[in-house]
Amino acid sequence: MDDVLSRQMYQENILEHYKKPQNFGHLAKPTHLYHSHNPLCGDDLTIEIAVVDGKVSDVRFSGVGCAISVASASMLTDEIKGKSVEAVMQMTKDDVLELLQIPIGPVRLKCALLSLETVQKAVGGGE
Amino acid sequence: MTMDNQQAHLLKSDFPILNTAYKGRKVVYLDSGATSQKPQVVIDAINQYYRLENANIHRGIYRLSETATRIWSEAHEVVARLIGAKAEEVIFTRNTTEALNLLSYTLLPLLQGRTEIVAGAMEHHANLVPWQQMAKRHGLTLKIIPMLADFTLDMTAAQQLIGSKTAIVAIGHVSNALGTIHDVHKLFAWAKALGALTVLDAAQSAPHLNLDVGKIGADFAALSAHKMLGPTGLGFLYGRRDLLEQMQPWQFGGDMIAEVSYDDAKWNELPMKFEAGTPHIAGAAGIVAAIGYLKSVGLEAIGAWEKELLKYAIAELGDVPGIKLYSAGEQRSAGILSFTLATVHPHDLASLLSDDEICVRAGHHCAMPLMGRLGVSATARASFYLYNTFEDVDMLKVGLIKAVELFG
Repeated sequence: MDDVLSRQMYQENILEHYKKPQNFGHLAKPTHLYHSHNPLCGDDLTIEIAVVDGKVSDVRFSGVGCAISVASASMLTDEIKGKSVEAVMQMTKDDVLELLQIPIGPVRLKCALLSLETVQKAVGGGE
Repeated sequence: MTMDNQQAHLLKSDFPILNTAYKGRKVVYLDSGATSQKPQVVIDAINQYYRLENANIHRGIYRLSETATRIWSEAHEVVARLIGAKAEEVIFTRNTTEALNLLSYTLLPLLQGRTEIVAGAMEHHANLVPWQQMAKRHGLTLKIIPMLADFTLDMTAAQQLIGSKTAIVAIGHVSNALGTIHDVHKLFAWAKALGALTVLDAAQSAPHLNLDVGKIGADFAALSAHKMLGPTGLGFLYGRRDLLEQMQPWQFGGDMIAEVSYDDAKWNELPMKFEAGTPHIAGAAGIVAAIGYLKSVGLEAIGAWEKELLKYAIAELGDVPGIKLYSAGEQRSAGILSFTLATVHPHDLASLLSDDEICVRAGHHCAMPLMGRLGVSATARASFYLYNTFEDVDMLKVGLIKAVELFG
């Protein structure tokens, strides 16, 4: 990753998701909720999920973050809608990187993965 | 003696890392608040120590050990002279953080039943969490001097907070996050008039101004070598001799003892009483060279030059679209400028600037409560030192504009 310029991270679709994130806001009645904090950059992310019959029926996120973490939360929340809780729990770092489609160095990986960690803590943490 | 842009360029050439190109670009280093770069003389001193002088200090009855011991004690004298103290009043630690932790674990018997610790709203975590945890351990109360809208401490509130119950007033001389220089002289005068102990976190001030612990009224002061051109892994705690003598050691082992039996031990004299184990001897060689270098330029000239750079940066960066500066202005600040952009998160900005080898810090600057008070999760921060030039600020401005344009 040493030879990758940071500006290659900020592709048009990333900036688009950052400026107009999908699923940003709150759910009226979330069944699962988790709040995460990234001590590196002060980012703050809350995920609210409504699980019906073992599947993600709806999801929202809120908080403040860098372009990478917001874009990642925006894309991931779209991705998990309709998925079973089991399938969400099996998602990995590579699934997130596949969604983002950008080169991410080790320093910024934490930003990219904050949303998946938070989603998994939300649905994995019981009702 | 004064400094100008031309001299800053000359000084820059003394720092190998600032003259090494990476993919054709030299580093624009604007993160000296985190750690300073090291001039060749410091690197040479450390190199010479390991090549020609390495041995453990004290009790080695041979030439090399005597040399190492001499380097170690000379460094105490040099640091002591820098801050207006005596050599036995300067304890060598790992860093500022360890110096402040030492105090938070040893001051209790000196508090005379007083129950309050006072610190400022802008403290680095290193001058906040040790006191906060000491307060929790011993049922004390930590009181915080609030910050005003102009990024200075509320001195009216401070005067009311410091009272007959105040045991310790612990203040960071210069805010690492915002650069504000606090009127510690006044705060410490109030504290001492009421019999409280005074602790100065000088990590961000000692590298940039002439510090005299006696004149400022500090009973204790903590500083780090690595922020003043010296190596990492070495810090200093100044303490008034009469106070250090009343305090018990907090780490035990070799060098800090005078006499040991299986049942008991007696402590060595100052400063060894607080310096357990083999210390950073090469660091001592390094800091002597670093202080020599700083004195040859002049700390007053360095501080004045950083204010010039800050003034220039405030004027130049002020018209970047969407920028917000968190600064009390160059009159009341050291060479640190914190800012946010309306459209670019500080973390994204730092990544983009890094493409052009421009180093700034982005985050909460180890001052999370302050960020909360400012209503942001993070800022970007440029911090200056003697090797920074107007051109460095110009490069930063170009980088900021490029980032703003990319984010649209």
